[in-house]
Amino acid sequence: MSISRDDVTYIAHLARLGLSEEEISHFQGQLESILEYVDKLKTLDVSRVEPMTHVLDLKNVYRKDSVVPSLDPQSVLKIAPAAQGQFYKVPKVIE
Amino acid sequence: MNLHTLTALELRSRLDCGSVKPQDILTDLRSRYEAVEKKVMAFARPPSFEYRDTAVAGGALKGIPVVIKDNICSQGDRTECCSRILEGFVAPYDATVVDKLKKSGASIMGKANMDEFAFGSSCETSCFHPTKNPWDLDCVPGGSSGGSCACVAADEAIAALGSDTGGSIRQPASLCGVVGMKPTYGRVSRYGLVAFASSLDQIGPITKDVRDNALVLGVIAGHDDHDATSVDTSVPDYLSQMQKDIRGMRVAIPKEYFVEGMDPEVRHAMMEAKAKLESLGARFGEVSLPHTGYAVAVYYIIATAEASSNLARFDGVQYGARQMAASKDESALIGMYKETRDKGFGAEAKRRLILGTYVLSSGYYDAYYLRASRVRRLIKEDFDKVFREYDVVLTPTSPTPAFKIGEKMDDPLSMYLSDIYTISVNLAGVPAISVPCGLTRSGLPIGMQVIGRPFGETDLYRVAFHYEQSTSWHKQKPKL
Repeated sequence: MSISRDDVTYIAHLARLGLSEEEISHFQGQLESILEYVDKLKTLDVSRVEPMTHVLDLKNVYRKDSVVPSLDPQSVLKIAPAAQGQFYKVPKVIE
Repeated sequence: MNLHTLTALELRSRLDCGSVKPQDILTDLRSRYEAVEKKVMAFARPPSFEYRDTAVAGGALKGIPVVIKDNICSQGDRTECCSRILEGFVAPYDATVVDKLKKSGASIMGKANMDEFAFGSSCETSCFHPTKNPWDLDCVPGGSSGGSCACVAADEAIAALGSDTGGSIRQPASLCGVVGMKPTYGRVSRYGLVAFASSLDQIGPITKDVRDNALVLGVIAGHDDHDATSVDTSVPDYLSQMQKDIRGMRVAIPKEYFVEGMDPEVRHAMMEAKAKLESLGARFGEVSLPHTGYAVAVYYIIATAEASSNLARFDGVQYGARQMAASKDESALIGMYKETRDKGFGAEAKRRLILGTYVLSSGYYDAYYLRASRVRRLIKEDFDKVFREYDVVLTPTSPTPAFKIGEKMDDPLSMYLSDIYTISVNLAGVPAISVPCGLTRSGLPIGMQVIGRPFGETDLYRVAFHYEQSTSWHKQKPKL
């Protein structure tokens, strides 16, 4: 499996990581060797095996529909980098 | 008084008869901290040695100081996952395990160092400093719960909590010569644990001996409404049930874990452990876990995929430090996300986020993530089959004793392979414990791993306890 510089740049964008040129080169080589290693999974025939995302035999888990105390909004907003009133403050999204 | 060398149960009996007060233990731990912490560097930041009584009636850990890993929230305390991106994050609430510890009377002393976001097997990716192995300061303590294990091994703590996604409690416990338990997935609430890979993560105790481990697990285990994956099944009285002897217990040795080229000292220690358990009445048989060789590959797809999703929340909006982009190539918001994450995450975190994003991305999802999820089922079925005939599985915890600091930092794949014996356990969701079972000629600890069926922690404690009673490895201490 070969992975190009452009692939790494594109994936970094999807992951919202601003990487330096140096980091891109570094990760390109390392990712290639990791992907080469995980390619061993291709030697198994799993066409008739159901995927398992979770080990527990759980379906929907419901709780009682009752009001319980939650965290005080101010105690949560206090730890944000920027907040105003009851809201998080972010850079302008709509021009 | 050398209170710091005692176990939680030894301290409990002194507290009960009044010969020791809770503050005496903390004061003694302070002197120990001052004497050895600059060598070991086990803590993320200086702990507190002041006693606060938080016990409700009958607290099993009343007066016992406990250290927790830096990815477990404790109200009013910094909880930074040893990452710059969470710099200054003060948890607004207690994790369920912390709440349970406090109600049992334990004092939360402080936070232990770890690999950034638990990404690592050596404690070297912490944004603060690497932790050293108390047995050899040139070696790593293992990871990611390296700080939790090192502080217990160095007698800087009585007990600690870690988290285990692919071996992060057991591998460092093995390398540091302490007892570490990864409970069954769903046994302990994950509420308040900063998520790494949600289908694999479990919190568990790290202690000086098996009895203390059973004591702490008994306190933190159980169903929690805040974690829908915590299972509503009763918590056994581990301490009393593990007294039952192990005559007739069926122990499996998986042939895939004992291969050519295995570290000879680890092999020797395992053979001695097997002989010891046989002398205690256990019956051994060889089994096959045929998909063992695929576990590391499956793990590094599933764990990084889940991590890339879980860590999307660190974007400079709700917590931690925010960085604004200098360039105007993109919108200010996207620029802020990228700059915040670039400055905030270390190299290993970035590597895993890129790998995880890649295996989930359009065009690769089926080939990587979906395929890995199918192989994961095969790995679990291997265990199901073995547990139809056997009570527990015995393996080494780590393929080698502690390695040198820096040795594997530039070779991610060789670092990932140091978890080769522990990873399948998380994929299958079963419990496993690491117990000291030897020392190398150069004086480094070796650990054995006992794996059990889902919710079979009692079986693990029985084997570990009776083994420990007939050996003295757990009494060995590093010279610091």
